Amino acid sequence: MSDSSVNIVEAPAGVEGAGFFATSLDSLVGLARANSLWPLPFATSCCGIEFMSTMASHYDIGRFGAERLSFSARQADVLMVMGTISKKMAPVVKQVYLQMAEPRWVLSVGACACSGGIFDTYSVLQGIDRIIPVDVYVPGCPPRPEQILDGFMQIQELAKNESTRRRNEPEYKALLASYGIE
Amino acid sequence: MNTKIMEALQAQFGEEGVYGMGESHGILQVTTAVENIVPMIHFLYAHPVFKFQFLTDLAGIHFPEAKGQELGVIYHLHSLENNVRLWIKAYAPIEAPNFPTITGLFATANWMEREAFDFYGIIFEGHPNLTRILNMDEMDYHPMRKEYPLEDATRHDKIDELFGR
Amino acid sequence: MSEIALVNNPNVGLDKTQKGGPYVNELSTLNLGPTHPATHGIFQNILTMDGETIVDAEQTVGYIHRAFEKIAERRPFYQITTLTDRMNYCSAPINNMGWHMTVEKLLGIEVPKRAQYMRVILMELARLTDHIVCNSILAVDTGALTGFLYVYQWREFIYEIYEEMCGARLTTNMGRFGGMERDFTPVAIEKIQKLLKELPAALKEFEGMVMRNRIFMDRTQNVGGISAERALNYGFTGPNLRAAGVDYDVRAMNPYSSYEDFEFDVPVGTKGDTYDRFLVREEEMWQSLRIIQQAMDNLPEGAYHADAPHYYLPKKQDVYHNMEALIYHFKIVMGEIDAPVGEVYHSVEGGNGELGFHLVSDGGRTPYRLKFRRPGFIYYQAFPEMIKGTTLSDAIVTMSSMNVIAGELDT
Repeated sequence: MSDSSVNIVEAPAGVEGAGFFATSLDSLVGLARANSLWPLPFATSCCGIEFMSTMASHYDIGRFGAERLSFSARQADVLMVMGTISKKMAPVVKQVYLQMAEPRWVLSVGACACSGGIFDTYSVLQGIDRIIPVDVYVPGCPPRPEQILDGFMQIQELAKNESTRRRNEPEYKALLASYGIE
Repeated sequence: MNTKIMEALQAQFGEEGVYGMGESHGILQVTTAVENIVPMIHFLYAHPVFKFQFLTDLAGIHFPEAKGQELGVIYHLHSLENNVRLWIKAYAPIEAPNFPTITGLFATANWMEREAFDFYGIIFEGHPNLTRILNMDEMDYHPMRKEYPLEDATRHDKIDELFGR
Repeated sequence: MSEIALVNNPNVGLDKTQKGGPYVNELSTLNLGPTHPATHGIFQNILTMDGETIVDAEQTVGYIHRAFEKIAERRPFYQITTLTDRMNYCSAPINNMGWHMTVEKLLGIEVPKRAQYMRVILMELARLTDHIVCNSILAVDTGALTGFLYVYQWREFIYEIYEEMCGARLTTNMGRFGGMERDFTPVAIEKIQKLLKELPAALKEFEGMVMRNRIFMDRTQNVGGISAERALNYGFTGPNLRAAGVDYDVRAMNPYSSYEDFEFDVPVGTKGDTYDRFLVREEEMWQSLRIIQQAMDNLPEGAYHADAPHYYLPKKQDVYHNMEALIYHFKIVMGEIDAPVGEVYHSVEGGNGELGFHLVSDGGRTPYRLKFRRPGFIYYQAFPEMIKGTTLSDAIVTMSSMNVIAGELDT
C-alpha cells in the first residue's frame, strides 16, 4: 500500500515536539466525541433498510466509530430517525428523545422524517422537527448509504466543534423550550 | 364451476336472496342482503364440493350516491381445492351500518373487520374486539369515507392560502 | 423447589392460597416495542408473563399507518406504483409488477413474452432479497451475526442490478403498464449471469454456518409452531403457510406472467415452526435461482413493452419529433385518458404470501377504491396464539421468522 493513496486526517492545531503533542482540551474531547458516537437507530420503514445496508460490510458505518448501536436511549448519542413517523408514533419519538442524556444530536434520515415525504396525509407527522429539534437532515427517498454517511459525518463535525457545555447555553435552552422540553 | 355455484346459490337462497350475479374477469360476484351473509358463507364453507374455506380479503367501500346502501363490504372467498374465487358483496345504509361478524368461522376476519370499522365505521355485530386498529384511538371520524380529505385538516402550513389557491 | 415447578407450569392461575405464598403465580406485564432492537418494524406487543413464560399478548399496530388506500384514491394509476414500492420494501419489484398486472387486467393490455420473462427475473431477484433479509436477520436474532454480513453483500449486488434497470436501489418503481421501461442492458445481463454463478457459493456458506448448527436448531425447532388448519383459518399465505404443510403458491395455482413456462418446486414444511419457516425460505431461494436460470436461458426476443400508446409513455426522441407521440405524452401525463369502468382483483406471490390488489374503477383518472390485500397484516394476527406458553426469546425468534414488515402491516 503506497502512502500517496492514504489520506491522513489532519491533527488539530497544537504544538508538536519529540514524543508529545499539546493542544486544547476542547479539540481533544471533540475528536474523541466525534469518532465514538453511539447511534440509536430509530428505523421505522424503508430508510431503515438502507440503514441496514449502511451497517453492513459494503458501506460500513463502523468505520466512523458507530460500530456499537445503542437501542437504549440513555446510552445513545445520536438519534437517527429513519422512516415515516406517524402521529401515533410521535409521542414515542418524543419520549425516546427525552430519555437521551446530553450530549445528544438528532439525524433525520429520509424525506418522511424531514418533512413527511410523499405522505401528505391525515395520519403522518409532517416532519419530526415538529416535535424534537433536529441537527442534520438527510433528504432522499430513501437516501443512498453514502448520503446517510454524509449526514453522519456532518453530525461528527457538530460533535467535534460544539462546546462541551452546549447544554447550558441560552440559545440551546431557548430551542428546547420552544419544543416544550425542559 | 361458476355456473354450478350460481345455480346452487340461487337454489339455496332463492332469486330474492342473490341479486346481481355476474362475472368479472373470471371471478364470480354475488350481491346479497346483509341477513344472508352468514348463512351464505356457512353454506359455501360446508358445501361438500365447493369448499370455500379460505377468506382472502374483506374490504369496505363507500358509495355516497347510493342512498340507503352507502356502506358496503366485499368478501373474497377462495376455494383452494377447486381453485375458484368468489366475491360476496352486501350493502347497508350509512345510518345503520350493521353487518354480522364472521370471526366465528374465519379467525382471519378479526383484524380485517377491525380495519373496515376503522376506515368506514362499519359495525360488525358479535366481533370480540371492535376497536380501531390502524388509526389513533382518539380519532373521531372514519377517514376513508368519501367526504373527508386526504390531508390533515388541522395543519397550518401547506395550506391552500399559501399556495395561492 | 416447588416454587420453580409452579412458575413453569403452563396451567397457571392466580390462586393466592397455593403453596409458596401470594407472590408465586403473579402475572407481570412487559411492553415489547414499538421501538425494540429485535422487532423488525414498529409494532407493539404488551405481553402478560408468568415469570419467563408468556401467557398472553395484546398487539397494537398502526404506528406507521400512512393511509395508502386513501392516497391511492387521489393518484392516477401510474403514480400509485410508487406507493406499492413502500409496502413490502424488502422486495419492491414484486409489488410494482403485481400492481402493473392488475391494471393491465383492467385495461386489457397483453404483455409480450419478453417483457413477461423480464418481469419474472426481476420478481425472483426481489424474492431473493426478501428471503436473504429474513433468514439472515433470523440468524442475527439468535446471535449469529456473521451470516448477515456475508449474504448482505449479495443483496447489494442485486441492488446494482436494480439500478441498471430502473435507477433506484430500494424503492424501485420498476416497469410500466404494458411491460418494462427499458430492455436489459448488457451490464444488467452480465451482472445477472455473475449472480447465478456466485450466489450459490455464498448461500452454501451461509447454510453451512447456520442450517445444521446445533445452537440455531435448538433455538428454532419446535418454537412458534402453528398447525395447517389454524394457519388456513388465519389466512396465512406464503412461506409461513407452506412451512405449516399446505402447498399453496400463487405462482403455481394461478400462474401469471408466464410462470407456467418454468419448472420449479414449491417447498413445503411439516411442523410450521420457526425452523421449518427458515428452511422453506432457504429452499425458495434455490428455486428462485433455478427460475432465473431458466428465464435467462430461454429469454425470447421481441419487444419489451406492449403496443399500448394510450398508457405507455412514448420515447422522448419521438415526443420531440412526432406529433402523435407528443399528443399521447400530453394526454397520459395530464390525465386526459380515462380508465374503463370495472372491478378487478389480481394477486401475485409476494415475499410474504399472496399480495392482492382489488381495484374498483369508476371510469375516472384515479381508482375509486383500491384495497391492498397485504399478507403481513393478515398473518400477524396469529402471533399471540403462536407464542402462548413460550419464553420471550422464543417470541422474538418467532416474530423474526414470520417476516412481518411494518410497511406492509400498516399500509
